[in-house]
Amino acid sequence: MKIVVCVKQVAALGDEVEFTPDERDVDPDYLDYALNEWDAYATEEALRLRERLGSDGDEVVVVSAGPEQVEEAMRRCLAMGADRGVRLTLDGPTDPIALARALAPTVERESPDLVFAGVQSSDSVQAATGTALADLLGLPRVAVVTKIEWDGSGPARVNRELEGGLVDVVEVDTPALLTIQTGINEPRYATLRAIKQAEQKEIEVIEPEAGGEPAYRIRRMFVPSRGEGAEMLDGSPAAVAQRIAEIVRERLQ
Amino acid sequence: MTTLVVAEHLQGRLREITLELVSAAKELDGPVAVAVIARDPASLTEMVNVEGVDEIVNVRVEPEEFESDVYQQALAALIADRQPEVTLLGFTINSMGYGPAVAVREGLGFASDVYGLAQDENGLVATRSFYGAKVSAEIEFPGKRQVLLLVRPTAWPPAQGSGSASVSELAVETAGSRARHLDFEQVAASDVDITTADFLLSIGRGVGEKENLPQLEELAGKMNAILSVSRPLVDAGWMPNGRQVGQSGKTVKPKVYLALGISGAVQHLAGMKTSGTIIAVNTDPEAAIFNVAHYGSVADLFDVAEELDKLF
Ligand SMILES: Cc1cc2nc3c(=O)[nH]c(=O)nc-3n(C[C@H](O)[C@H](O)[C@H](O)COP(=O)(O)OP(=O)(O)OC[C@H]3O[C@@H](n4cnc5c(N)ncnc54)[C@H](O)[C@@H]3O)c2cc1C
Ligand SMILES: Nc1ncnc2c1ncn2[C@@H]1O[C@H](COP(=O)(O)O)[C@@H](O)[C@H]1O
Repeated sequence: MKIVVCVKQVAALGDEVEFTPDERDVDPDYLDYALNEWDAYATEEALRLRERLGSDGDEVVVVSAGPEQVEEAMRRCLAMGADRGVRLTLDGPTDPIALARALAPTVERESPDLVFAGVQSSDSVQAATGTALADLLGLPRVAVVTKIEWDGSGPARVNRELEGGLVDVVEVDTPALLTIQTGINEPRYATLRAIKQAEQKEIEVIEPEAGGEPAYRIRRMFVPSRGEGAEMLDGSPAAVAQRIAEIVRERLQ
Repeated sequence: MTTLVVAEHLQGRLREITLELVSAAKELDGPVAVAVIARDPASLTEMVNVEGVDEIVNVRVEPEEFESDVYQQALAALIADRQPEVTLLGFTINSMGYGPAVAVREGLGFASDVYGLAQDENGLVATRSFYGAKVSAEIEFPGKRQVLLLVRPTAWPPAQGSGSASVSELAVETAGSRARHLDFEQVAASDVDITTADFLLSIGRGVGEKENLPQLEELAGKMNAILSVSRPLVDAGWMPNGRQVGQSGKTVKPKVYLALGISGAVQHLAGMKTSGTIIAVNTDPEAAIFNVAHYGSVADLFDVAEELDKLF
């Protein structure tokens, strides 16, 4: 059994922002990087499936597209227990459709029984890469999965979480691509020893085949106007609490 | 420019997002068509016949509920037949399961979580957020004759007023479904109903540790508020999901919503942004929650909580 997990190193903005000179992205100096939260859950779910069903030779492979620094996020997955990684060299962010096109040949080459992606990446919230990739791979897919029941062959029974928390129980043929929602499990922490060992694990680096045309282009990034905006309460915590208490009492009358 | 809206429905009911999509479509020039993909589309026709809709296209499919393969095939057929320049779906769980597949297969321009739409000399311009909703971007689609957009829920008000749309049908052949709907499972009933509370004290990942919860539960009690939470606290198993505010939790509209340590992700805002008075406390001055809050404080939530504790 082989499970491929697509993982992204996401960027978070602190409390200051500057844009690149062309205004099409944020200046990287203002960004901090981490493994996408959803992808930690996806990796954990793959590891649990392998532990439950696994036999010798089973593999969990993490695939990520990005510059060398994304290997940091991949190493975290390897430290959790994934067996190896494949990094697709890709510079800068792209739209999710173009990204799926870049990922597809690499994932296909692995002939996985299951492919996992996160529901969304926290920095761009496309919630699209997994489903687009499934189509390119010719795989059935279920988006926003919160439970997987599978005995290693034949259809799997999965829960899809809808708005309001309503659960849609779906039977999906395999191989399949599932996009994994947070809360499906509790991602493990890697031990120091596992982190050390992960440094030895293989990350294969490959060049993407010529990508397709982009599905969009960013014209300009900007800081959104606050609209009416919040009235900011200044002063000491005591003064702030005092104002909050007044507002609450007034509004609840 | 023709705009095609795909209606969304669940268990026989039209979902509000459909009418929001009609409002979004009306911002663009040209006729608006609404496609109803369902086992019994005629049962929903009346509800989507609102002001601004020019045509309703009924597409009969076998499954009673959403199945991604069937929706993909139906939408691809609709786009091939009607040739809309713009297709609008909700940025919903269902759309996440087939919208991007249609876009990649048909070679469409694509953007998700779109909350603004405009047209200028270069064509369509969509606005969406990046980096924790701290920045926005204008998106264009050079070289794309057709574009598929997933539109953020609650970004447009639902369209109203009765319309006079023509109703037509499109016959679509759909092959078997590789992901089949079996059943729905209801969410377990909750200990409290946060949707009827006048005052919610809502806490997010900013609380840090589970050990910090009791003091905030106590504060909520003293303030006569009901405690609600953002999703990470439910994911971590610290709080039952009946307490969760947001897209996959409850939609609430209390008189006062006091948010402590919540960043203001779209899916959270979808569940609370129409609250009477929103007060947010967050250490990050750029947190997106301040965009919807009426009152804000850049402060450590525990410092403020401690002081509030003395006042109630
Ligand atoms: C399909 C789908 C459905 C979802 N449904 C929901 C939903 O229903 N509800 C929901 O909430 N989320 C939902 N989410 C998740 C959502 O995208 C966010 O991940 C989540 O809302 C983040 O929660 P948060 O604001 O508590 O955490 P974070 O985004 O981590 O924010 C924590 C905040 O606390 C602040 N902070 C830290 N320490 C302190 C301190 N000491 N004092 C004050 N502030 C502090 C930080 O500055 C930060 O702004 C959904 C996601 C998906 C993909
Ligand atoms: N650069 C990337 N490399 C590998 N997988 C990615 C990348 N970007 C996104 N993904 C996958 O797609 C999921 C959804 O991301 P998105 O469509 O950007 O919201 C992520 O959780 C990852 O599983």
